[in-house]
Amino acid sequence: MSVHEPTLPDEWELVVGLEVHVELHTATKLFCGCPNEFTHEPNTNVCPTCVGLPGSLPVMNEKAVEYAMRLGRALGCDVHPSVMARKNYFYPDMAKDFQTTQYDQPTNADGHLALADGTVVGIERAHIEEDAGKTTHVGGGGRINDATYSLVDYNRAGVPLVEIVSRPDIRTVEHAKAYVSELRDILLAIDVSDAKMEEGSMRVDANVSVRPVGSDELRTRCELKNINSVRSLGRAIEYEARRHVDLYGNGEAPRQETRHWDEDGGRSTAGRSKEDADDYRYFQEPDLVPLVPTEAEIAAIDESMPMLPAARRARLGELSTMADEVLVTVVERGQDALALGAIEAGADADKVLTRIQNDLAVDDWSAVTSESLAVLITMESGGELTATQAKQVLGEMADGAHGGDPKAIAAAHGFEAMESDELETLVDQLIADNPDEWGRFCGDDDGDRKKMQGFFTGQIMKATRGQADGRAVAELLNRKRS
Amino acid sequence: MSALEIVAAVRAGERSALAVVDEHLARIEAGDGEIHAFNAVTADLAREQAAAVDATVAAGGDPGPLAGVPIALKDNMCTAGVPTTCSSKILEGWVPPYDGTVVERVRSAGAVVVGKTNLDEFAMGSSTENSAFGPTRNPLDPTRVPGGSSGGSAAAVAADFAALSLGSDTGGSIRQPAAFCGLVGMKPTYGAVSRYGLIAFGSSLDQIGPFSRTVAESAALMEAIGGHDPLDSTSIERPPFDLQSVLDRGVDGMRIGILRELAGGEGSVDGLSADVLARTSEAASALEAAGATVTEVSVPSSTLGLSAYYMVAPAEASSNLSRFDGVRYGLRTDAATTGEMMTASRTDGFGPEVKRRIMLGTYALSAGYYDAFYGKALKVRTMMLQEFASVYADVDLLLTPTAPTTAFPLGDRTADPMTMYVNDVCTIPSNLVGHPAISVPYGVGDDGLPVGVQLLGPALSEPTIYQAAAALEAAAPTPEVAS
Repeated sequence: MSVHEPTLPDEWELVVGLEVHVELHTATKLFCGCPNEFTHEPNTNVCPTCVGLPGSLPVMNEKAVEYAMRLGRALGCDVHPSVMARKNYFYPDMAKDFQTTQYDQPTNADGHLALADGTVVGIERAHIEEDAGKTTHVGGGGRINDATYSLVDYNRAGVPLVEIVSRPDIRTVEHAKAYVSELRDILLAIDVSDAKMEEGSMRVDANVSVRPVGSDELRTRCELKNINSVRSLGRAIEYEARRHVDLYGNGEAPRQETRHWDEDGGRSTAGRSKEDADDYRYFQEPDLVPLVPTEAEIAAIDESMPMLPAARRARLGELSTMADEVLVTVVERGQDALALGAIEAGADADKVLTRIQNDLAVDDWSAVTSESLAVLITMESGGELTATQAKQVLGEMADGAHGGDPKAIAAAHGFEAMESDELETLVDQLIADNPDEWGRFCGDDDGDRKKMQGFFTGQIMKATRGQADGRAVAELLNRKRS
Repeated sequence: MSALEIVAAVRAGERSALAVVDEHLARIEAGDGEIHAFNAVTADLAREQAAAVDATVAAGGDPGPLAGVPIALKDNMCTAGVPTTCSSKILEGWVPPYDGTVVERVRSAGAVVVGKTNLDEFAMGSSTENSAFGPTRNPLDPTRVPGGSSGGSAAAVAADFAALSLGSDTGGSIRQPAAFCGLVGMKPTYGAVSRYGLIAFGSSLDQIGPFSRTVAESAALMEAIGGHDPLDSTSIERPPFDLQSVLDRGVDGMRIGILRELAGGEGSVDGLSADVLARTSEAASALEAAGATVTEVSVPSSTLGLSAYYMVAPAEASSNLSRFDGVRYGLRTDAATTGEMMTASRTDGFGPEVKRRIMLGTYALSAGYYDAFYGKALKVRTMMLQEFASVYADVDLLLTPTAPTTAFPLGDRTADPMTMYVNDVCTIPSNLVGHPAISVPYGVGDDGLPVGVQLLGPALSEPTIYQAAAALEAAAPTPEVAS
């Protein structure tokens, strides 16, 4: 199965909306003073409020509200006066048998998220709610209805969440994946969540439907749950879209329902049907007062907003001619400030970005400074180092060798570019030794020429143990051909 | 001995708190078999606490403004280490790990907790007959109910098992039993007293308040329990009221309105008995004689209170009581699956009135019915707020009967829930708008049982209410009910 564009027949179009739950990394839970930490021994970070003991009451965590508003503003939402609501349903890990969430008056509404390629996805809302505890069903089939017994850990109960609901604006699998990546980058940039899908601090549900190309109808959608990675998201959407097309092809139609994504099986399975879904009996939470942010509070959030990934990419994009993917990678890794500094110090922008993207994909690059990077790139541009040598030097700079000084590292290896007449002698010798190859290089077949350029460059690198500058070799070969 | 006399004697070292509490415990021992005011008597803890008060006095320390006063707590207030049941099988034997805010406050004021009092299950009722542990009887006439839902707390004070007690009032559950037992009962402004640790019935209506024999004792207890609590988000950020200092100010120049829709005037609700209306009218005359101006005023929406209440309170209760599911605490009836266990536990654990209200509330909130029921009730609340605000532009306080009748016989109203519900017709409006109201004894009915009249005021008008209540008490024709 392709992991790229969904293999939909041309006449069908994909329609996707995403619901993303994000855990806010506040120090304490949403409604009590318990630590926001749920990897400890079960039921140790709990109190009367988060276990829902009779008589307990919630008190809103102001930091969580601030984080939620910061996220809202980062997504271009309007921040509104809002109220908490109760969503009533019975489940053992929901301590009060209702979830305190937001319903008709969410904190953030009507925003948007721009993907790296310029596509804009509408954000319907980003609302505050509490997480549930964690249930482990033991024995039987491991599901709630056939387990021998179930264990509940309430350490996670009451952890603050924001649920970000997109509009059904997503039309390709790649865009769905890009949306999640971009959202994660924003969450990290504004420092409100760890945003780790694999660890559950960012959970993505996908609402998937299809429609004939050219139509603007919204057909019956299915909500996919249990998606644990960006890759899994792509597979799940593709599968589901294909399933819908096949159903329509057979004269049937999908039912509106929640479906469980089975990553190992590569398929979705039916869950609860929305037709007999619970009636959640939402009503305003009487134990909490409305959240009414002042204009000054919203202005302060805007004021302290760090530069977001899209703006950071744009800033790099203005200085270089590199493709979007390179900018995305560099910004995602948080190396754009490093790059900017090096460029400001006079290094060639494209070379800086290329070198960072290719050779600085490491966890710890703190020993590399803008200044030392600028020196390295300038050495490479001036022919003092070959590309291969520059790569090696940068690797050792990141490891902190010789205080991260590129000149010292290069000197220690005895790296210095070959004099050009020395190189020309070598090239002439090679041409003489390989007349057939040289003939093919000089021929009209572009493919053949490229192949032979590779052959000659490789031979020279071998003869010089990588000391030759690849670009200088290419220039020499082409000059001699003409 | 009144609570204030006890405080004075204990603080002066003239009586030991231990002796005081022993006297009360002895009366409980002798009389509660018949009355059943208590679900639990905490004799050992009470003696311990009294001894601590005495030690503080002996050491020259400040034992607090309620030093040595035996107090009873309605059994829906969480007490660390002491079972808290809401008079429900579903919570039988549950021991909270924490104290509610008011519990902490009365203890730190030096009051001595003698026990947890009986109530209608989860505070749903007006006679204390809905208790899973049997009804409470009215100490003034044991064939009669003490009122409800805080019937145990009212009976405990009326029988002098405790000098003071605390109840909770969602639709009249303090004021109506106070009226039935010849006591003063106060429902404070919503948010004036912390709800932290009060097991919720209707969260937007519930308030904790005092029972006492006199207005002065009520004021003393209100001062001790009131004031802001950061653990209750709906708690008002203000210091406790200063009430005892205003009690002797009289009502000269005060403007009192007789609320005609709840006092037998034009457009009045039905069912208010003649003797109760006569006492109310006499109370108005007494206030007038004391210098107040008395006029008849109208709050038309007050007649809708009962209907709106029976949407709002059950709706909130249906959600508040969801947590009693057998998973974490209380009764668990085992069954094959988790869902069946929850259903079985709730089926076995809740009594019929609680189930009735959970069903009412669930229905009122259901998709497709919300606007017609719960939504409409919210509109009534808004309308009532506006109408009360407008009437309080012209008068300082309102006067009505507290309950339509005096205490009725046990079993008299249990067959038809509606006959029970109308008991609260005069008290419910204050809960819906969050305003304070007090019931003060004023004479007796044709049956010789006490009648209570109710003073209502706007939000945070507690000082004015206590000022007028003291004047009314002074003018009342019968002496306070003998202990």
